[in-house]
Amino acid sequence: MIERNVMDKFTINDLNLYYGDFHALKSVNLHLPAKEITAFIGPSGCGKSTLLKTLNRMNDLVEGCKITGQVMLDGGDIYAPKTDVNLLRRNVGMVFQKPNPFPMSIFDNVAYGPRTHGIRSKLELEEIVEKSLRDAAIWDELKDRLKKSALGLSGGQQQRLCIARALAVDPEVLLMDEATSALDPISTSKIEDLVLELKEKYTIIMVTHNMQQALRISDNTAFFLLGEVIEYDKTDKLFSVPSNKKTEDYITGRFG
Amino acid sequence: MRNRFDAELAQLNVELIKMGSLCELAITDAMSGLLEDKDELLKLVKETDNEIDEKEREIENMCFKLMLQQQPVARDMRTISAALKMITDMERIGDQASDIAEIAEYIEGDDSKHHTHLKSMAESSAAMVRAAIKSFVDKDLDLAYKVMKDDDIVDGHFEEMRKDLIELIRGEETSPELCVDLLMIAKYCERIGDHAVNIAEWVEFSITGVHLSEELRDPI
Repeated sequence: MIERNVMDKFTINDLNLYYGDFHALKSVNLHLPAKEITAFIGPSGCGKSTLLKTLNRMNDLVEGCKITGQVMLDGGDIYAPKTDVNLLRRNVGMVFQKPNPFPMSIFDNVAYGPRTHGIRSKLELEEIVEKSLRDAAIWDELKDRLKKSALGLSGGQQQRLCIARALAVDPEVLLMDEATSALDPISTSKIEDLVLELKEKYTIIMVTHNMQQALRISDNTAFFLLGEVIEYDKTDKLFSVPSNKKTEDYITGRFG
Repeated sequence: MRNRFDAELAQLNVELIKMGSLCELAITDAMSGLLEDKDELLKLVKETDNEIDEKEREIENMCFKLMLQQQPVARDMRTISAALKMITDMERIGDQASDIAEIAEYIEGDDSKHHTHLKSMAESSAAMVRAAIKSFVDKDLDLAYKVMKDDDIVDGHFEEMRKDLIELIRGEETSPELCVDLLMIAKYCERIGDHAVNIAEWVEFSITGVHLSEELRDPI
């Protein structure tokens, strides 16, 4: 059981989401603590990525998507009409399963976000790029090749570059949708170490199919099934003594 | 799903039952050897103890392999970690049966008055070991709690025996060496009961995920 706290970053109240006739999220109630790592687990199609995308309104781009209920970020409803979606997505960055660097230089990839938010000063951009690459634990590897194309980097480096790009606009939350599933074990380990460091400054919410990864790095875990949150608890508790039999059957590989 | 893993967990149960049976055999052979003065049984105890040691290594390797290959969580993790802890207690039971046999080999003199206590202690502790392993295999929490409670019976016999032996030493009718040897044998039996309780406590953990304090356990 995770107690509600005034410091929770997100509070989700009775959230329902429909893709046309399909009821993808059913009465989801969750509160996600600030500066902690929360993992969403569950079989494919259970709604975990859908919920992740509702947290920075990426689902707005999906035709036929209808949402009811509330998603509160720091106490403000992100689905309220007055919400500035661009500002929301700046505060709530996202990293995807497959690294997706832009076909431009490493420097320009990281500087892309700050530039779109109006920063033009070369010096300021250089500072942001260095800080973001340092925060993403990839500065030492890339500092001598900032003008080179980002497409020449390895998969693991590209993913950390994408994290740096997300950090460059100074977000408060980082959403990670299976961000290491396309990476080898060494790159995965680097990203996991990085995520653990990042939680000092950021709230991190991750979708993963890798149970051991959820166990290794997350503080809290929510188990989803058929659009419902079946169990939400401290990760240690959920993976050692789950309260719900469906959770136990899923995490022990006997169902799903 | 996970049929192979389930089959391997079932095999782990089989090996634990085998190790438990070896422990029982070591206890009964040591005690029969002592009480019925059969040296051939006492010699067998050492061999059984060696078999118990080998079985411990075998089960240990099974558990390590399961952890590596299956990366267990939740009840599977608790089952395998409980098995790992239980075999340490079972190995100690084998050692203690062997210690009893060692003393029984050189013990001289006989006092049938103590046979009743020693026989009861050995029977009760062997039954506790058997029940503790059965409670693990059957995931039977009530039986595990019964084992914990039955330890009082073994402790009771030990206390009776201790008092009797103190009297005997005071009365100077029996050699103090014999009394001390008998007390040590009784103590080993009492420790075997304690190991059976340890096993039952791991059964409780594997089923519930916690070690409860005595007050919080359901009365049997």
